[in-house]
Amino acid sequence: MTVIFDGIASGMLLFLISVGLSVTLGLMNFVNLAHGAFAMFGGFVAVTLLNRAGIPFLAALPLAAIGTALLGVLFERTLYRRLYAATHLDQVLFSIGLVFMSIAGAHYLFGPQQQPLTLPGFLQGQINLPGLDMGVYRLFLIVLGLAIAFGLQKMVSGTRFGAQLRASVDNPRTARGMGINVDRIFTLTFALGTGLAGLGGALGVEMLGLDPGFPVKYIVYFLIVVAVGGSGNITGSLIAALILGVFDVAGKYYVPQAGAFVIYAVMVAMLIFRPQGLFGRKAAR
Amino acid sequence: MNKSMIDLTPLTRATRWHPAELAFWLLPVAGYFLLQDNLVLLTQIAITALFCLSLDLILGFAGIVSLGHTAFFGIGAYAAGLMAAHGHGDPLLGLLVAGICAGIAGFISSLLVLRGADLTRLMVTLGVAMMLYELANKLTPITGGVDGLQGMEIQPLFGSFAFDMFGKTAYWYAVGVLFVMFVIARRLVHSPFGLSLKGIRQNVGRMPAIGAPVNARLAAVYTLGALYAGIAGALLAQTTQFVALDVLSFNRSAELLLILVLGGSGCLYGALIGTIVFMTAHHFLSDMNPEYWQFWLGLLLVLIVLFARDGVMGGVRRLGALGKGGAKA
Amino acid sequence: MTYALQTTSLVKKFGGFVATSKVSLNVEAGARHALIGPNGAGKTTLINLLTGFLEPTSGEVILNGDKVTHLAQHQRVKRGLARTFQINRLFADLTVLESVVMAVNERLGLGARFWQSVGSHTAAVDEAVELLERLRLLDVAHETTRNLAYGKQRLIEIALALAAKPSVLLLDEPAAGVPTIESRELFETIAGLPREVTILLIEHDMDLVFRFADRISVLVGGAVLTEGTPEVIAHDPKVKEVYLGEAICD
Repeated sequence: MTVIFDGIASGMLLFLISVGLSVTLGLMNFVNLAHGAFAMFGGFVAVTLLNRAGIPFLAALPLAAIGTALLGVLFERTLYRRLYAATHLDQVLFSIGLVFMSIAGAHYLFGPQQQPLTLPGFLQGQINLPGLDMGVYRLFLIVLGLAIAFGLQKMVSGTRFGAQLRASVDNPRTARGMGINVDRIFTLTFALGTGLAGLGGALGVEMLGLDPGFPVKYIVYFLIVVAVGGSGNITGSLIAALILGVFDVAGKYYVPQAGAFVIYAVMVAMLIFRPQGLFGRKAAR
Repeated sequence: MNKSMIDLTPLTRATRWHPAELAFWLLPVAGYFLLQDNLVLLTQIAITALFCLSLDLILGFAGIVSLGHTAFFGIGAYAAGLMAAHGHGDPLLGLLVAGICAGIAGFISSLLVLRGADLTRLMVTLGVAMMLYELANKLTPITGGVDGLQGMEIQPLFGSFAFDMFGKTAYWYAVGVLFVMFVIARRLVHSPFGLSLKGIRQNVGRMPAIGAPVNARLAAVYTLGALYAGIAGALLAQTTQFVALDVLSFNRSAELLLILVLGGSGCLYGALIGTIVFMTAHHFLSDMNPEYWQFWLGLLLVLIVLFARDGVMGGVRRLGALGKGGAKA
Repeated sequence: MTYALQTTSLVKKFGGFVATSKVSLNVEAGARHALIGPNGAGKTTLINLLTGFLEPTSGEVILNGDKVTHLAQHQRVKRGLARTFQINRLFADLTVLESVVMAVNERLGLGARFWQSVGSHTAAVDEAVELLERLRLLDVAHETTRNLAYGKQRLIEIALALAAKPSVLLLDEPAAGVPTIESRELFETIAGLPREVTILLIEHDMDLVFRFADRISVLVGGAVLTEGTPEVIAHDPKVKEVYLGEAICD
């Protein structure tokens, strides 16, 4: 039971980080391999605020998200925008370039070591039930993850912004003709995606660690979530992330020799049998 | 105009060796005499050039985007390494076996890769490479895991040229293999098969309508690209007598993509020139600090994508076109 | 009567939408058969079903007496079913000669040869040159496709299809986008094709259709409304209604 609980918590964390990628990849059709770099940025913002400025954890989280979102806006306005119409290969190369730069930058500013992070007292410790030890922080992650999943789903399917976003993606020209400011919608969406990555990165310091290698180390996990969940599909990403989290934790717990191999094998098998993802619609391209 | 008047030389012109090409292939000979102290670096360049050539075949000529091409490089390296570590140290036999192993892996994964569109291909190639990385990492008793595979004994080439400590044999061996593989690739590109690959890249939707089995062609070139990569990996294992886990790393795949777009994909010499430029820059710049090097690498990638999408060879071609235009005017 | 191309109650559904509804088409060997119908009648879907770009929900496609319903596109081409596209789909950076040589190579089964150069397969090259001569494309043989005028490119479309030496040729609006004078020439070329090549023509220009075809099928709403000789179709009140209706809507 504890293994499953931990798996769900780590899946929730994966969901928080990956859902932003799912949004940019699925809704904007941009292969942004630098997504992990934005998550890392959020992590560093949170750690710096906590350790150097002494800002409390719960206040550092939204600041990390907002800071990363602002960085996202800056990049979208100056660079990403130029590549919306480019081939996937160009987008891949470009974002790999960003990843390399972010790794080198993090090295330069923070050094190669893991960043320490101390959780506030009320998020430490465990709740012990018969047959189940729940870490308080993990419980916190699960609740937060569910809340965000719910909010996002509502936003994409139920609000004016969501409708405008879907219209802009399906047919930018018509959307423009209808008076939708497509550029602004894309910027906001990108900011949302990177902001979520930043939040996830900040939340993940405790469980995933934070060092300059972060963007490459976990990019495969994020891609798996998107690939398996079906890109642009929020519920799909959530379920995929949970499955992945449980498999990953259980795998490391019961068959440590196999390591991450199981996960990669599951992803490849998955892509072979359901190229559109478990819950994917017909490809969005 | 009737058909007896048509000049057919444009169809055969490309198959003849241009003087500039001959001059290019004198470079490795000159390098040997002028840079005796840097033979190890030159050997690395030759090996990477072959690896890059293999990616050019599948990406540049067939248009298959791969994030995990290093999988085949790694398979080749481990295959040759394991053979040499278990007493089968003949270098050419090692190359052959490594090429075949990688080719088989390439054929099998082509069946998976070709099913999807770009995005699926990216993920499948990446996933396959990561799987192999984990496999090599965990199978420590066989591969040496993170410590790398050691204890290889490479027998003399053709039974008479031992691999010396100055790396002379290794250098000629690597350059020789690169040259032979290049000549084969060059013939391929100018053959009907090569022409059909061009057709697939330019208009994949039209090819079935002229009767071309697109997936079979792509599977063939993917397999061949894997075989080339495997041979490059084997060369690395044999000339350094060591296989690091890093041969399967994501960074290596990403770096290779960079080299290819730097040189100009879809052009055989683009792969070679990109490698020379990149490896030379790496040699001089990474002395500073490996982390800074990665920063410049990233910046270079971003700039290439934004401003110079066709690489060095594109620049050369544009210069050439400029020269011709000037001559006409 | 022998049929070159037949369909038997061909159905294609996209989700709940029926794009092709029980189409049974019989194209006689050697016929100049035209397929007409208003926009959205399902002509393109039908072509895609015939050539194998789409698989039908039910029904069969029969080519020269053999079922080819589940064969891939390129396999149907090998069996003699070639097509042109409504909008040019060419190889922008190949020369005209290279494009046609490539198509001839595929028919001769040389497409997988990887050692000898393109130019040394002289049988294929000679055949391509002959084809270019027939279509009066010799003078632009070494031009890159993208540099040619649309009308010339239209001819390359046809050359690529003819390179397959088809027994059945599907022409999807061959004159679309071509100026009237050039389209006359184009149809002269098409009319000059040997009689053993069966032609199924999709065309909007009724003038051309009635001059060229000896048999016409009218497709409306995914189903065959009627079929007959040009005289019969011209005087069929149902057909008039369909086309008048469209005119009013426009």
